[in-house]
Amino acid sequence: MTRLPQIALLSDGRRLHLQDGPIDLVVEARGRADDVRAAYAAAARRFTGLLDELCAELPELRSAAGRRTSLKGMVARRMHAAVAPFAADCFITPMAAVAGSVAEEILGAMLGAATLDRVYVNNGGDIALHLGDAEYFSVGVMDRPDRDGVMRTMRVDADDPVRGIATSGRHGRSFSLGIADAVTVLAATASQADAAATVIANAVDLPGHSAIVRTPANELQPDSDLGACLVTRGVGELSPGEIAVALESGAECARQLFDRGLIEGAVLQLCGDMLVIGPKDIERQEARPRQLESAVHA
Amino acid sequence: MVMMETTSAAVDKIRCDACPVMCYIKPGAAGACDRYANHDGKLVRVDPHVILERTVSHGGKLVPFSRTEDWDGKIVHEPSTFVTAIGAGTTYPDYKPAPFIVSAEVDGVDMVTVVTEGIFSYCGIKVKIDTDRYLGPETATVRAQGEAVGHVTTSEYGSQMLSLGGVHHLTGGSKKEGRVTCDTLMDLANCKAVELTIDGGASVVVQAGQPPIVNGMKEERMRVGCGSATIGMFAKQWHGKVDEVVVVDDHITGVLSEHQAGKLLDIADTGIKMKGRRSTPGRYFQVADPGTGWGGTNISDPLAILGPFDAKEAKPGLSMLMVSTTGEHSSYYVLDETLKPVETEMPAELKFSVERIQENCEPALCTVLFMAGAGGSLRAGVTDNPVRLTRSVKDALTRVTSGGAPVYVWPGGGITYMVDVTQMPAGAFGYVPTPALVAPIEFTMKLSDYAALGGHMDYVKPLAEVQAGDDVRQLPWQNPIPGPRA
Repeated sequence: MTRLPQIALLSDGRRLHLQDGPIDLVVEARGRADDVRAAYAAAARRFTGLLDELCAELPELRSAAGRRTSLKGMVARRMHAAVAPFAADCFITPMAAVAGSVAEEILGAMLGAATLDRVYVNNGGDIALHLGDAEYFSVGVMDRPDRDGVMRTMRVDADDPVRGIATSGRHGRSFSLGIADAVTVLAATASQADAAATVIANAVDLPGHSAIVRTPANELQPDSDLGACLVTRGVGELSPGEIAVALESGAECARQLFDRGLIEGAVLQLCGDMLVIGPKDIERQEARPRQLESAVHA
Repeated sequence: MVMMETTSAAVDKIRCDACPVMCYIKPGAAGACDRYANHDGKLVRVDPHVILERTVSHGGKLVPFSRTEDWDGKIVHEPSTFVTAIGAGTTYPDYKPAPFIVSAEVDGVDMVTVVTEGIFSYCGIKVKIDTDRYLGPETATVRAQGEAVGHVTTSEYGSQMLSLGGVHHLTGGSKKEGRVTCDTLMDLANCKAVELTIDGGASVVVQAGQPPIVNGMKEERMRVGCGSATIGMFAKQWHGKVDEVVVVDDHITGVLSEHQAGKLLDIADTGIKMKGRRSTPGRYFQVADPGTGWGGTNISDPLAILGPFDAKEAKPGLSMLMVSTTGEHSSYYVLDETLKPVETEMPAELKFSVERIQENCEPALCTVLFMAGAGGSLRAGVTDNPVRLTRSVKDALTRVTSGGAPVYVWPGGGITYMVDVTQMPAGAFGYVPTPALVAPIEFTMKLSDYAALGGHMDYVKPLAEVQAGDDVRQLPWQNPIPGPRA
């Protein structure tokens, strides 16, 4: 039986949902109706078979990235390019940029098929953006991703260099070497944002701290690209001082990446504390009233 | 099929072949997608889209089963395959069409089942605990892991009712209260045992379909009736075999010689003096404090509820049976020369009557009903005009089921339903961190009715297409056909 991805418009008739294996994309394009239709058709075409393409090179994608690569696929090569700047300083595999790279690929396919005002391709929080003239996106950031948090927003304008947003942390689907609840990175591309978010989230850490539970990644997932690296499974009570130290360690990493031009900004979060790196303003939004929230759930 | 045997060189790990990532998955762990997992060496879909297949076996071959009576006389027979919502994946809060809108052609009429999972923060559980033992005062707080998760509500015939969960415990209190409440509801709904403690009362282990364990003691039987009712039921069987019978009950203790049933049999007065408050002849309230002793009282010696016998009526040699409402406790006495009851070996024919009481007491069980209201957002996943779905349910054009199990839909506004969790497939409930429970809910109706109520017709899939997919778990259909009510 041929395995085909699930592709369907969501009920609002505006957004497209694409799912295959572990990949889940929600896409929205704005523009003329026939352009949007053409772009969605292009996204569906490109998405079909994309996972098989990646899996054909899975062993190399799961190996530590070197300076050069023999990877062939477009997406695989983009994954490698995104992590290569970090390869000299730490253990990183192209898998660190898989989500952002896929998002970017689908965005590229859509823009190749049509002229669009504004597009996002959201791959489980790793997002590729397109902004036409004078367009902008409001980006929401939860201030307590480990709990019900308050939404804060950032604005990404067409004349900003930001076209990629990614979030990494220990609560996500993939493992983290650090203790950050979430690190959200703005970068020129989604693949770069994805790789940088992984690296910064790993840097938010308190090495050797007794309240942090770590387990070799391959004990949890035998074929994890992280092998025997210790990944964070639990974070106990930390003092405000310790939280500040861990955040600062991640912030130092983020500042270096910012200075190297690899990221445009980052928001680091740990145990309710937040640090913002870069020129972007982040606004606090009014908390939604509890009553309204429960009404929505019903 | 989701339940597939997977062979692998590794003994414990299995290789998932659901997608080309081909994850190696350890026992108890999930693959990269979080959709497939290794359950005891078998690859299972963590959120399987369960199909309850109601079929009858015929010569080793499964054939469609057709019932003669319709569920309401208007709608066609339901398809022999019933698609449930478990693992359908919920779409909250996007209001996108429910993940599976299945159409099956039956007898030439298209049926539609809209399969979704509801996220219910307006949900709770009603627990019926068959016991006469005292669990705690009405309205007392019920706790799990020290957190308030509900309260003691009314006591009905032979049972104590608890009301657990609800929006105030789920989202109105502390984070921990919400989380513990959510865990408690989910465990109870998934037929797991949960220990509850009641402020000023007992600790009770509750598990759907199992006897309650009150303060470490497993409850065996549910009483046949209150003490007075027991007198009424057994008076004739006692007549002529014993002079007096007291059925000890925390609620209404019955006394044969004073009771209407005894009067009708011309049973003579015995001079018995009961403690407690007399209601009507032969019926006494509050003979003792509530507890876990005889008949739900706190007494271990039943003579404690008697005063001295009246010398004007009582005679030495008078015989008396004392028995609890479940027949679990019983003693036989004969008055001595000073009119004091002396415990004596019980005659065989009275033992027989005690056994008869026991026999008539059904096994004590805990019953767990999940109760939730399908709000606007859930209904919007089914139709673009949510209130029409409500009306369609009330008009009995649309049948509601939960995990394929029949539900009771409350009259009144909204779609508020109750379902016996033991009728649902295993692992039917999940949760989201909101905290709220995720429960399956299906709406079945005629395709034409579905279109009329503003259904998402573009998303209707033929049944065969859903079944052909590889993410479907088929279960034998064990239950009666879901009806509009029961």
